[in-house]
Amino acid sequence: MQNSQIHAANSAPLAHEEHPSYLRHHFNSTEQQADAAGFAMWLFLLTEVMFFGGLFTAYLVYRNWYYPAFVSGSHQLNVVWGTTNTAVLILSSFTMAMGVWCAQTRRRRGLVLCLALTFFLGLVFLGIKTVEYREKIEKHHVPGFHYSLQSFLDPQSDPEVYKEYHDKALVPDMARHTELYFSLYFLMTGMHALHMIIGIGILGFMILRARAGAYTAGHETFVVNFGLYWHFIDIIWIYLFALLYLISRH
Amino acid sequence: MSDTIVSLPDQATARIPKDNFITRENGLLSWLLTSDHKRIAILYLISITFFFFIGGALAGLIRLELLTPQTDLMATDTYNKVFTMHGIIMIFFFLVPSVPATLGNFFIPMMIGAKDLALPKINLLSWYLYMAGGLLALYTMMIGGVDTGWTFTTPLSTHYVNTNVLTTGLAVFIAGFSSILTGLNFIVTIHKMRAPGMTWFRLPLFIWAHYAASILMVLATPVVAIAIVLVALERTLGIGVFDPTKGGDPLLFQHLFWFYSHPAVYIMILPGMGVISEVISTFSRKRVFGYTAVAFSSVAIAVFGFFVWAHHMFIMGISNYAVLVFSLLTMLVAVPSAIKIFNWTFTLYKGSITFETPMLYAFGFMGLFTIGGMTGVFLGSSGTDIHLTETYFIVAHFHFVMVGGMLMAFLAGIHFWWPKMTGRMYPEKISQLAAVVTFIGFNLTFFPQFILGMLGMPRRYASYPPEFQILNVFSTAGATILGVGYLLPVLYLIWSLKYGAIAGDNPWQATGLEWQTQSPPLTENFAVMPVMDHEAYDYEWLEKQQKEQGVASAE
Repeated sequence: MQNSQIHAANSAPLAHEEHPSYLRHHFNSTEQQADAAGFAMWLFLLTEVMFFGGLFTAYLVYRNWYYPAFVSGSHQLNVVWGTTNTAVLILSSFTMAMGVWCAQTRRRRGLVLCLALTFFLGLVFLGIKTVEYREKIEKHHVPGFHYSLQSFLDPQSDPEVYKEYHDKALVPDMARHTELYFSLYFLMTGMHALHMIIGIGILGFMILRARAGAYTAGHETFVVNFGLYWHFIDIIWIYLFALLYLISRH
Repeated sequence: MSDTIVSLPDQATARIPKDNFITRENGLLSWLLTSDHKRIAILYLISITFFFFIGGALAGLIRLELLTPQTDLMATDTYNKVFTMHGIIMIFFFLVPSVPATLGNFFIPMMIGAKDLALPKINLLSWYLYMAGGLLALYTMMIGGVDTGWTFTTPLSTHYVNTNVLTTGLAVFIAGFSSILTGLNFIVTIHKMRAPGMTWFRLPLFIWAHYAASILMVLATPVVAIAIVLVALERTLGIGVFDPTKGGDPLLFQHLFWFYSHPAVYIMILPGMGVISEVISTFSRKRVFGYTAVAFSSVAIAVFGFFVWAHHMFIMGISNYAVLVFSLLTMLVAVPSAIKIFNWTFTLYKGSITFETPMLYAFGFMGLFTIGGMTGVFLGSSGTDIHLTETYFIVAHFHFVMVGGMLMAFLAGIHFWWPKMTGRMYPEKISQLAAVVTFIGFNLTFFPQFILGMLGMPRRYASYPPEFQILNVFSTAGATILGVGYLLPVLYLIWSLKYGAIAGDNPWQATGLEWQTQSPPLTENFAVMPVMDHEAYDYEWLEKQQKEQGVASAE
């Protein structure tokens, strides 16, 4: 209490046009505060790019070396599920963008609705991902856990996939490298899913705060910056979708 | 010419200002939950010193073992763990955060005329992450340590050792996030929080150096984070990414690891260079020669620093063409480093030089960093590298840059800003002595290692052929002296907290904005928001200012 009085007394000579409660003491204006937070978010996303960049590098190297294995591996993924998930995420980005607009135009109910929809779509994405992971587990395509080469050494033993792609059998050496494909598949989609889970957690927190009207009284920075994060995860997924699901489709 | 520029207030009447960032709030919680950048800097200073002495004790053990050619002090396995933990603690928990997290944290907002960093809570979070990582590293040491070398080299780290790679990896991973957050905070602060009139080319060079280092922290650290995650998964699940038997490539790990760990040495040295710019200018009473060149050379080091990582891999089977290109790029980094050294030298030319402790350390830096940098060129040219790599030459080179360079700069900075941080002077004579002792001890420790390396003594072995003993004895003796040199400042700096002379606002007659406010500063740094109306290092402005104040107080 006493502390804040001293701050207030101290910043008195620096004339402010407005001094709302959410303006932190070390900023001179709300504009500077929002600017700084936004800039920090972009920098954070840059670190995320570098983080995923390491995985993308590994992917590119091994895809170039073991192209046939990567093609056969990718045929094990279900393009319908992948496409559905891409649509779900893009839709969630749209609802998120609408949420930002609602916050900026101070529509509390609209904001809560948009955030709830984004939350829901995020869960749908993770649900579909779980179904896909389960398929891999059932087929023993999880590296390190009794990984099975059956589908690649003898494609006809896997009739559903064979029906669609008519893959030729891989030589044993190349077939073994499908394990690397699935390692990267689980790493990249897993890391992406982890970001989704964190995002959904933050969304839950935001919905509670938004219902109390926290973001619709002029202080929408948090929503705007979270929006950036959400769109970023969306973009990562679009790359993952192309790189992991669509390798042999030109 | 006087032999000192120190101007202290009249000790009989001078008092430390009653209201300052240390006295404003009391109690342990007011420190642990603070968001004040100055208090966080102090937290960092204490914890970093703690880790420095742990890493130093481990270095002492290494030198003690190497006193004799046989392995007599500890088993070879233990020796492997000791040098590994020495490397990990010194690099990730001392060198990387040393200057940025303490002096940078304290003075970046003050130098640009801001009340705090842009993200004060994130700043506190970064300290907690640092402590979590550091304590986890200590815990690892207690449950048996790790022996992969600080480089986590695969497949050693993923397949062969049965020591605590995972907890160490996690510790480094967490500390990495702390570093990312610090760098991010600095960049945002420097962009968005500058006082009116503080244009980019009026910024002190300390700020430019930290800006460049922050770019490296933000861009490079995430890559080592993912590399460590991959090592952990390779080790636990055998995912195959670095495993040749599954088609993976250990070289990929080297690329990812050094993509961070080479820029990391610039993360460590650039802030130190920033300190040296401030000290050299202040104690020669001259604007830094070629301000713009020095500013841009920091940025150039950061940019070039990203494209030289493979010079750590010359003997690891990368293609000859890659070796050629990386060798050339490595030479290019020497250019901006040399620009700095030459410009500092020209700053000294015809300056009114005085020899206070920070200046002594700065001289130490200039000499030792030059040697360290130039031996880096030996290692950067692929021919000599093949002969010298993995020998004590590497160890000597690295320690000349990091201990001779960075630690000297850190100590220069600590002494230089001590009066501002605490309001009291350190005792001058004994600290000059400590600076000289450090310099002598340092040279005695590490210079023989250049010769040992040339003669072919490999690094990372607990034993060596008897003919190398004499030089090793020199080195161990030097390490002892060096240890004394490092203990002295701890003692007299703590002493000075109570008994040091009252420093006043600006004991060095320095020009930076941080000196134009009380010491120790107010929680909000400045009583009135400063306006920058002159260039950096403008000593004429300072004189005029003081004359006006003199006139005003006389009236």
